[in-house]
Amino acid sequence: MALTAYAVARLHNLYAVVMLAGIYSLLAAVMFVVLDAVDVAFTEAAVGAGISTVLALGTLALTKSREKTPRHTRILPLAVCGITGAALVYGTLDLEHYGDPSAAPHHHVGPEYLARSIPDTGVPNVVTSVLASYRGYDTLGETTVIFTAGVGVVLLLGSWRRKEDDDA
Amino acid sequence: MSDLINTVLGLYNYWIVIFLMMCGFYIVVAHDNLIKKLVGLNIFQASVFVLYITFGKVSGGTAPILGEAFHVYSNPLPHVLILTAIVVGVATTALGLALVVRINEAYGTIEDDEIHSQDDEP
Repeated sequence: MALTAYAVARLHNLYAVVMLAGIYSLLAAVMFVVLDAVDVAFTEAAVGAGISTVLALGTLALTKSREKTPRHTRILPLAVCGITGAALVYGTLDLEHYGDPSAAPHHHVGPEYLARSIPDTGVPNVVTSVLASYRGYDTLGETTVIFTAGVGVVLLLGSWRRKEDDDA
Repeated sequence: MSDLINTVLGLYNYWIVIFLMMCGFYIVVAHDNLIKKLVGLNIFQASVFVLYITFGKVSGGTAPILGEAFHVYSNPLPHVLILTAIVVGVATTALGLALVVRINEAYGTIEDDEIHSQDDEP
């Protein structure tokens, strides 16, 4: 994953960049399987690697597929990234280690969901029961976001605007 | 010494995440091409997803699908949050790409600095 991300930063051919981004998403999905998040891996593979790549390729078809070599220096962004990264690494020193069962996130509502999923909802897949039942409003809001984004895309690219342009 | 190795192994995942995050950040900040900026944004986003899922992992646990044979599960809450985030992320990407298409129609370019120089011309 790190290698793909680095390659994306270096390449100037946008087709290659978009395909690499797809590979990156797929690798992320593999990582989610390793980390026990099968539902997330499923979504990432379908949505991240699939739909995003198709959308980006469609955009490339409508625009240009080569990036121009930038004129200004890259030292400042590199320095900013380096400093931010170093600060973040310093921050991780206090975090619980990977897979530690006594870590703080595992002592809040997580175990509660695991214990009550079957009696409350009868769904063995806890991710599903939390998504659709305990946090149903969240999912409803998410649907609204997608709807808004869809409306936005249609308004931006819709054919009615082209007709107006033709008339003018 | 074994303490040090333990620390490095325990935090290794976070460091990978931070590297990816900074890659994405760098692409967004340093590149002028709008499509590349969006790809960078996606990389940043995916790194945050990996970070959350890492928080949810419990060693020796399985995926949070209840069954007779298992007793230790990974934390389902981060999974749910990230499921929502992935879908919202695609929605924003789609909107961003649509904007790029419109910008290309209006300016004939998708390079940030060229758009600015066109705007500066009277």
